[in-house]
Amino acid sequence: MTALQHAAERTGMSNGMLGFILFLASEVMFFGGLFAAYFIARADAPAWPPEVLLSPQQIADGVKLELEVLLPAVSTGILVLSSITIQWGVWQIQKGNQAGMLWGLFISLALGLIFLTAQLYDYTQLHFRADDTIFGTTFYTLTGFHGAHVAGGVIFMFVVTARALGGQFSARNHEAVEACSMYWHFVDVVWIALFTILYLIG
Amino acid sequence: MATVAVPHTGYQRPAVLDWITTVDHKKLGILYLYFTLFFFAVGGILALLVRTQLAVADSGFVGNDAYNQIFTMHASAMLFLFIIPVWAGFGNYFVPLQIGAADMAFPRINALSFWLLPPAGILMFAGFVVDGGAADAGWTAYSPLAQQTGVGMDMWILAVILLGASSTIGAANFLVTMLRMRAPGMTMFRMPIFCWTMLVTALLQLLATPVLAAALVMLFIDRNFGGQFFDPNGGGNVVLWQNVFWFYSHPAVYIMILPGMGIVSEVLPVFSRKPLFGYKAFVFATIGIGGLGFSVWAHHMFTTGSVLLPFFGFMTFMIGVPTGVKIFNWLGTLWGGSISFPTPMLFALGFVSMFLIGGINGTFSAAVPVDFALHDTYFVVAHIHYVLFGGSVFAVFAGLYYWFPKIWGRKLNERLGKLHFALMFAGFNLAFFPMHMLGLDGMPRRIAVYAESTGWGALNLVSTLGAFVIAVSMIPFLIAVIWAFTRPQDQPADPWEGNTLEWATSSPPPVHNFDSLPPVRSERPLFDARHGDGAH
Repeated sequence: MTALQHAAERTGMSNGMLGFILFLASEVMFFGGLFAAYFIARADAPAWPPEVLLSPQQIADGVKLELEVLLPAVSTGILVLSSITIQWGVWQIQKGNQAGMLWGLFISLALGLIFLTAQLYDYTQLHFRADDTIFGTTFYTLTGFHGAHVAGGVIFMFVVTARALGGQFSARNHEAVEACSMYWHFVDVVWIALFTILYLIG
Repeated sequence: MATVAVPHTGYQRPAVLDWITTVDHKKLGILYLYFTLFFFAVGGILALLVRTQLAVADSGFVGNDAYNQIFTMHASAMLFLFIIPVWAGFGNYFVPLQIGAADMAFPRINALSFWLLPPAGILMFAGFVVDGGAADAGWTAYSPLAQQTGVGMDMWILAVILLGASSTIGAANFLVTMLRMRAPGMTMFRMPIFCWTMLVTALLQLLATPVLAAALVMLFIDRNFGGQFFDPNGGGNVVLWQNVFWFYSHPAVYIMILPGMGIVSEVLPVFSRKPLFGYKAFVFATIGIGGLGFSVWAHHMFTTGSVLLPFFGFMTFMIGVPTGVKIFNWLGTLWGGSISFPTPMLFALGFVSMFLIGGINGTFSAAVPVDFALHDTYFVVAHIHYVLFGGSVFAVFAGLYYWFPKIWGRKLNERLGKLHFALMFAGFNLAFFPMHMLGLDGMPRRIAVYAESTGWGALNLVSTLGAFVIAVSMIPFLIAVIWAFTRPQDQPADPWEGNTLEWATSSPPPVHNFDSLPPVRSERPLFDARHGDGAH
């Protein structure tokens, strides 16, 4: 234990937090790989969306490589807002305000669920599938893995909220809340990048 | 060292349950070693099948389909189930001991890292019993070949993703352990060199392995859900696979060699009775290899015509520089030393000489025009085996002979060890040196059959003979291990007069590792303790 305490005095961060940040770094690299695939596909394509690659059969089947920007734009706002609310919750527990933290967690959890619902609804409105050219493949892979991470974040928040309801966090001890918030910001930032490249630079 | 006998009271877990549920870094390290050495044997048997098939021209020993599965699974077992996790095994056991910690930073995550391996190993090898057989697109799984094979390929993909997950969380664990749990007085530049190599390896694993996971996910989607990532018909790009795959798999060759360099750099100073020559230069060279390792992946793709040849050729030459620095570190350590030749030292010297050849023949292929001639020939097979067998495997055995007394409290027999080394050294060179000539003569890798008229028969026969000599060399090793286990645990804390903290505790160490730690005022705390602080 002496070694451990000795080390912990050097900086404010705990081992768990450092480990968590390293885990997030590996997540960044995972998404980096998928983003690279997307950029290479776009660089290769004669035009984007690559309508020219559609076969006559696919066109006859009603495949359209189009994205509607309104709903995802609203979703983006929801996710950014949820990042703010969870960070607000962290600031509250840092001051020892358990009720404030709980509100922050509840609202973020609800916003996360709304985001996921909106994304699933958005999937039903699209006129292309994952096997319809590289456009569909990259779109569903990128948004799908992001959505899975949102779902993971929602579960994370659910666990942290349950622990918060049990009164496990205090001004001094609230590392799980901070880690959860950090993960949620990561998911948020990935989405902002995705929204930008998939929808805005269309 | 005085120990207090604590009477065992209450419930005693059965030994099997104890091993399955353990979170002790030492027991997990031993589990890693057992697991990886098992797959070393499996991969070795597959290698013997490969060599038997290639021993003579127009061979019909195994069919073409079986041959494809065998060489694919040979490489997959050796790389993913042996070399990469074996360093996690040594690291698990010795990183906490060398930095004077009681355990890893996250013991339960450590157990998770290990227990992801057996399901992955089973999944990968279960391919042999499913329809269509095991993965057979080579360990590199290039598209479009990897799209066209059976369900064994999907099992391989999932297994490698599992192994990657194990590797990634293990890397985070090693990093936090070394950054945060060093003994009082152990600054970063007093950390043992094996730990430094594990640190850089962990960084590479943390940042490169997820990219492989992304690549494998894409391949899985292409195979199973109609994805078009690697299919030009749908706007995909075949070379994309090579880019994302090698973005991991080139740093991965440093993941496979750096800890081996670390072990050799522990062994050489101990048996030369000198400190490592140029400790800081070695650390910076290790960091340099790690950094440059991310900028050379496309040298595997020179002949695709879609990479910037001068850049990647130049960077590949550059990475030879820190590697060369290390050769001088080792030679400088030996220079003027009071050298003795116990078995770990022999394997360490074997490493230095064989890895040097592997470095030089690798630099050949860094030259773009030369690579165009050598690409996908047996020259490349020779290169990778001089690095991974002449390098990594020799380092594994150096580590096993060196640390066996610490882990199990018994020494391996010296005569058997020397016989093992002599046979392995001779067999290794017999097996792999002829591959240089075969490659220059144009023999492509991965072919199952070659015609009599090629004239490759004689060298291939020599190579096959060498492979069997390597197999025979394992017999004295196994006898030495079995013999050692029949003997009492009689080893003192420090049988070799070592330099680093693992020799400050009993052999084997108690569950809590240390009753007390010597002061750490240099990178050789045990040397200081033996000779007094003024000895520098």
